[in-house]
Amino acid sequence: MQATKKEQEQYLKKVDKLTPNSPLAKNCVWAFVSGGIICTIGEALFKLFSAMGFSQDNQALLVNLILIGSSALLTGLGLYSSLGKRCGAGTIVPITGFANSMVSPSIEFKKEGFVLGLGAKMFSVAGPVIVYGLLTSIIVGTIHYFFM
Amino acid sequence: MLKKEGRSTAVFENVEVLSASAFGGKKEGDGPLGKYMDFIAEDAMFGEKSWEKAETHFFTKASRLAIEKAGLKADDIDYVFGGDLLNQCGASAYGMREIDVPFFGVYGACSTFGEAVSLAAMTIEGGFAKNTLCTASSHFCAAEKQFRFPLELGTQRPPSSTWTVTGAGSCVLANGNGKPKIRRITTGRVVDMGVKDAANMGAAMAPAAAQAIYSHFSDTGLDTDYYDIIATGDLGEVGRELLRRLLFEKGIKIDSSLTDCGIEMFDKSSQDTHSGGSGCACSAVAFCAYFYKLLCDKSIKRMLLVPTGALMNTTASQQGESIPSVAHAVAFEAR
Repeated sequence: MQATKKEQEQYLKKVDKLTPNSPLAKNCVWAFVSGGIICTIGEALFKLFSAMGFSQDNQALLVNLILIGSSALLTGLGLYSSLGKRCGAGTIVPITGFANSMVSPSIEFKKEGFVLGLGAKMFSVAGPVIVYGLLTSIIVGTIHYFFM
Repeated sequence: MLKKEGRSTAVFENVEVLSASAFGGKKEGDGPLGKYMDFIAEDAMFGEKSWEKAETHFFTKASRLAIEKAGLKADDIDYVFGGDLLNQCGASAYGMREIDVPFFGVYGACSTFGEAVSLAAMTIEGGFAKNTLCTASSHFCAAEKQFRFPLELGTQRPPSSTWTVTGAGSCVLANGNGKPKIRRITTGRVVDMGVKDAANMGAAMAPAAAQAIYSHFSDTGLDTDYYDIIATGDLGEVGRELLRRLLFEKGIKIDSSLTDCGIEMFDKSSQDTHSGGSGCACSAVAFCAYFYKLLCDKSIKRMLLVPTGALMNTTASQQGESIPSVAHAVAFEAR
């Protein structure tokens, strides 16, 4: 039974009215605080490695390694999803979220084998981020090259 | 003579529900209906190596137990009508390797149990079978993996989302007059009101449920208070409220008797299931574990079970299509 456009619009209005919204303010506070904590940890690590005399390149590399490694470990232990449930964007947006988005499908699709399962599905969430991240960087880089 | 009322309701005289069995996962076991289930699997893997195999295991175990509880053997069952949520109905197909009975695989998403029972009842009333078996299964982890995101991905579930029930419900229908009977079925039509949000399945399915319930009452001429309980499959809190309003607009007022298997299945406040339970197993387990017992001990005399299914195709959804839905009403009456 195909409803008319008008009937559909009227119904969708009703749906909008009756569907509870996500608690936006609460989610924003959690995201701000948790994302802030992750970034502060990153910054503290930077300072630490800088004090230890590592070169600037190596400082960045080490901080990323530690954050990615911890996120992967927490995902494997089944803890990152509980964090994500509360923190939302706070744990998704930083580099830890990127690691989580690669490790979580890897765990799940390992049962379909290392090639067509783990290997193919590892990028199912992270893939689009990489593709459009690269595309954006090319556009920004081009603008920078010609106009700055 | 055609055994039909109105446009889409079939009437039966000789179909009884001989037995029912319900298997659930741990979360379902902890829920309000847990104490009525035959078996609760503490582990999501149910002793298997994958969630998909676990669901298959649920399917066969529940089917076998229903046959056993009916005092029958697999050879006594003329046909099995079964389905599940996995791609190409994987759980029922693989599960039926172990049950040597002629098999019809059915798919109606979460309305599968209603579809299976409808077809099985018609087969008996038509004189093509003495005993039939209906089974439906689903698995939270397998469904999330197939339709949504990996379990360990740190995402937030919106308040309108539902929780796929892990488990299987199975019942044996027979030609007889001793046990609770199936009196009528009203077969639903595919309804699409343009909902595209896969995290709000209740909203997508409510119009289908309204259509099936409205057709049932207009076909039969019955009053809504004819039924002690009218239970939809898995509309959840959001869908139930929408259904109530849609029915009201059509002139059907149902208050206390209207419930939803998904709402009954979990304790929303302590189990963090948001809008309620969902999945093929939702209505199957709720009926086989709970409502069937109420009919057997005559705590309720008549009930209308309306399993609801969002017939979403992930490819079509990604191409911008909305979610078509269907609901099938099955009227049970105590002896």
